[in-house]
Amino acid sequence: MPVNYYIFLSAALFCIGIIGVLTRRNAIIVFMCIELMLNAVNLLLVAFSKMHHLKAIAADAASNVGSEAQLFVFFIMVVAAAEVSVGLAIIVMMYRNIHSVDINFLNRLKH
Amino acid sequence: MGITEILFWFLTILALTGALMVVFSKNPVHSVLWLIAVFFAISGHYILMNAQFLAIVNLIVYAGAIMVLFLFVIMLMNLTTDTEPQKNRWLKMAGAVAGGCLLLVLVAALRDTDMKYQLAQVKEGNIGLIHYLGKTLFNDYVLPFEISSVLFLSAMVGAVVIGKKGD
Repeated sequence: MPVNYYIFLSAALFCIGIIGVLTRRNAIIVFMCIELMLNAVNLLLVAFSKMHHLKAIAADAASNVGSEAQLFVFFIMVVAAAEVSVGLAIIVMMYRNIHSVDINFLNRLKH
Repeated sequence: MGITEILFWFLTILALTGALMVVFSKNPVHSVLWLIAVFFAISGHYILMNAQFLAIVNLIVYAGAIMVLFLFVIMLMNLTTDTEPQKNRWLKMAGAVAGGCLLLVLVAALRDTDMKYQLAQVKEGNIGLIHYLGKTLFNDYVLPFEISSVLFLSAMVGAVVIGKKGD
């Protein structure tokens, strides 16, 4: 499969995420669009790791070039899980204080 | 067109449709369900590239844990009605145009690179198997792995402190 297809798929998913962040006002939907962007990047990292692996096994059939990229994706998932837990806690606290998840009420960082 | 191409295009269309429906659904619960569909499609792509460990972790962590957390928060806040305040029409259009322009620039810049002669290996290759990933993880990346456990602990403590009632 040409790696170009994966690049375009990831770019499309990333841009859909950006459109969601820019056009929605619900903080939870904005947060979900950020997750979508993270996943687009993960998909591209895996595609590139398979591309480098295909080049490396032409020279050495037993090489495992490319597994670092997949571990990188694994660490991105770890950090994303931690980020989601803290972010949702912040959204819950904000809902408790102002009874809304509208990001237009968050345009000032005081009160 | 072999079975690999058919699966690739099916998963691609599923991912793009799901992503668009996440953005354009009025009801937040429908957005969460479409996002789960996107994660399943991306896991299918991982399986197609024989990255089996990442496919399973993606399903368990994202589609399982994180999305359930989102659903819990949405139902806790009782946001399931369609009364979300909307941005005004021009602002929405400006956002869509900005995202579309970014996509246009990315596609135009990447279309003619020499990447188009590179292939990504599908259906075979064993770097994605847990045997090889585990060897790399516990030989070369032990320290980041342990540090990520500290990160999780601090995230858990932070979430509890932020979500605590009172003061």
